[in-house]
Amino acid sequence: MNKKAASILISILSLILLVACGQSSSPDDSQKIIKNNELEQKSVDKLTPVHGDTIVVGSIGDASNLIPLLASDSPSHQVAGLIYNGLVRYDKNLKLEGELAKSWEISTDGLTITFHLRHGVKWHDGAPFTADDVMFTYRLIIDPKTPTAYAGDFEQVKEAKIIDTHTFQVVYEKPFAPALASWGLSILPKHLLEGRDITKSPLSRDPIGTGPYKFSQWKGGEKIELTANQDYFEGQPYIERYRYRIIPDSATMFLELKAGNLDWMGLTPIQYDRQTAGKKFKGKFNKYRYLSFAYTYLGYNLKNPLFQDRRVRQALSFAINKQELIDGVLLGYGRVATGPYKPDTWFYHQPTRKYPYNPEKAKQLLQEVGWQDRDGDGLLDKDGHPFIFTVMTNQGNSLRAKTAVIIQRRLEEIGIKMKIRIIEWSAFINEFIDKKKFEAVILGWTTGQDPDMYDIWHSAKTGPKELNFISYKNPEVDRLLEKGRHTFAREERRKYYDRFQEILAEEQPYTFLYVPESLPIIAARFHGIKPAPAGISYNFIKWHVPQTLQKYTQ
Amino acid sequence: MMTFIGKRFALMIPMLLGITMISFLVMNLAPGEPIDVLTNLNPKATAEVRERLRSHYGLNQPLPVRYVNWLKRVVRLDLGYSFAQDNRLVWDKIRERIPITLTINALSLLLIIIVAIPIGIYSAVHQNSLIDRILTIFVFIGFATPTFWLALLLMILFGVHLGWLPISGLESSQFTHAGFWPMLGDRARHLLLPVLVSAFGGLAGLSRYMRSNMLEVIRQDYITTARAKGLKEIKVIGKHALRNALMPIITILGFSLPGLIGGSVIFETIFAIPGMGQMFYGAVMARDYPLIMGTLLIGASLTLVGNLLADISYALVDPRIRVGDHD
Repeated sequence: MNKKAASILISILSLILLVACGQSSSPDDSQKIIKNNELEQKSVDKLTPVHGDTIVVGSIGDASNLIPLLASDSPSHQVAGLIYNGLVRYDKNLKLEGELAKSWEISTDGLTITFHLRHGVKWHDGAPFTADDVMFTYRLIIDPKTPTAYAGDFEQVKEAKIIDTHTFQVVYEKPFAPALASWGLSILPKHLLEGRDITKSPLSRDPIGTGPYKFSQWKGGEKIELTANQDYFEGQPYIERYRYRIIPDSATMFLELKAGNLDWMGLTPIQYDRQTAGKKFKGKFNKYRYLSFAYTYLGYNLKNPLFQDRRVRQALSFAINKQELIDGVLLGYGRVATGPYKPDTWFYHQPTRKYPYNPEKAKQLLQEVGWQDRDGDGLLDKDGHPFIFTVMTNQGNSLRAKTAVIIQRRLEEIGIKMKIRIIEWSAFINEFIDKKKFEAVILGWTTGQDPDMYDIWHSAKTGPKELNFISYKNPEVDRLLEKGRHTFAREERRKYYDRFQEILAEEQPYTFLYVPESLPIIAARFHGIKPAPAGISYNFIKWHVPQTLQKYTQ
Repeated sequence: MMTFIGKRFALMIPMLLGITMISFLVMNLAPGEPIDVLTNLNPKATAEVRERLRSHYGLNQPLPVRYVNWLKRVVRLDLGYSFAQDNRLVWDKIRERIPITLTINALSLLLIIIVAIPIGIYSAVHQNSLIDRILTIFVFIGFATPTFWLALLLMILFGVHLGWLPISGLESSQFTHAGFWPMLGDRARHLLLPVLVSAFGGLAGLSRYMRSNMLEVIRQDYITTARAKGLKEIKVIGKHALRNALMPIITILGFSLPGLIGGSVIFETIFAIPGMGQMFYGAVMARDYPLIMGTLLIGASLTLVGNLLADISYALVDPRIRVGDHD
């Protein structure tokens, strides 16, 4: 027994060394892999796509509820997104297009939206889809008894009407620009849900939708399986089965990928850069990278006297080397954030005021405000107080913790002492953010496809539990945000948001740090993937595997 | 004997009440609420939405009222609905996940007993021999090896490089299409690494314990007497010494009963096994009060039952323990 154990141990230890050595290939290799596979892919793409095969997707968390209204976690939405449709959706260039709605009209005053629904769409159980289903979904979401977090946008609706079986109309109190996009919510089947308690509906574990995939099986904490909907109104998806595997540990998930048991997962920068560059991955996988809809920032509590002078905040922005953060934390897979919007969207505006790394300029600005090292201890001081503050961030996000450490060193160089505190998420939000008991925070926002930022930047949103927790107040920003959300014309809207971005750049209520990249890896047998500003999954039903490469035939 | 069991049983009720009350209080003292998952930093969740959700879950009632309500339901054997977004019955969720955790822990406990007891006996009988020392080193390596690290190594070796065993999960993709025996084989292949890993750490403790018990026993006079009478060594050790040395082990087994349910977070997460440990951890992070209370209740009951069983078996083996029975 002991001999065997010892020999196993020895072989394991020697293997670690082998593995460790095998993984150290240069990053140039990875670039080549992408290119090689792209070339291959182009030649195969000329083939006519065929049906068949299974895609196995890895996820850290299980879905919670497949009625999208009741779920707020991304696994639920990822799976439910294939089962249900909305009236509208974003296309690959992030423009709204019809999904269940064939077309729509917005009245000239911007108050009324009329949706013309597609004909001939069927629920997975064969029942026809009509305007009744849309009305039912709307009523359900605004029903106070429905425990949903998404009612906000729909409470703005003054009146909803069914014009005929395939025409649905909503009237708003005030023109509301994000209104159209809000109808991207999943439409639920009236004939299966009406008159029942939605929280106890079997549909939450066994959904029936109109989407490209039908639900087939869910083993809690283990996997969810979907099969292609042969009657899908945009055509049957080529990939026959979609298997969503739950693997809570990212190291395990990566091993499963390596062993060929997974086809699709999101990589961490280090996995993307170093661990998927070896021979094993060459030819077997394609890697993709694109900016994700998120950014990370250093936010200041503007009620704190330390940060009330704009020049102090500007100085901190000058003192932080953002490119260094991207290189150190994201291994280069990200872009410098200049404001609250993602650089490749129509509403992004590059502000004239920029903050390149410049510690001299930072010191000079701080000196203007009166911060100087008078007692020679290396720390700036003013009125006898040294410049010390604490930055808080949530536990479980190593990228934010690393960001804090790098910033800490840069600030130390200009004579500012920044302490770091890392706190469990719920405690962090409830005890510190909501009660405004913080000096500065490192956090991130997920950004939407609509530029409306009323909830985060308007001065009316500084109350407890609201999102403008840094207490930013600027009357001009308030006006711009209000105008922006009540205007439909894109060009006019853009002007408001351009000015909004200029003001934020000038005022630096946050030091905007970086926009990370999404780094998915997908088995090379899948073809038809075309990265776009919307990411890669927007055309999932067009992905296909050539007959000879199909792996799961049963 | 019956009075002894009866008394012990009656004592369990106030104890269980105390445990649940303290758990309920502590759980609610932790900052954060179940609805945080849905509403925190969510621009769509307005104050009205938040209030609506709070009243939906009954969070707007005072703490004692909520505890009494919970208790009333528990008496009717109803653990309530989970606060998670799936809104399922707590009992359903627990029932779904308990078998796999029990299986793995029971198997690993079995493995520990089968391996640790002989190691312990051998080490004690051959105290300070070369093999005893090697075993000691081996056992301490096991004690010191972090579970997650060992798990990853085994996964790399048997899953990725050799391709002999599945890396994670409970079944292969073609599982549903196979017959009973292939299914059993498939399940066994999936359980091999988790059981091995979860047993590895426990091996050290129990074998050391067995060794010291055995050492103590074989130094006793009656063993010397038995030997002096010319009894065969195998009989001396196997019959007389072992029986007495095993007694404290019974207590330990009693205590490991609740461990069959909890304490599986790490290997369940690493091996992607949908068991109780993983679910409980998730429930704590999401502040899913009913699910936390349900799991705690079952854990506490098991602990008490485990203690009771240990006491009973003690009493059976050694009549001196049954003090309460004399009157």
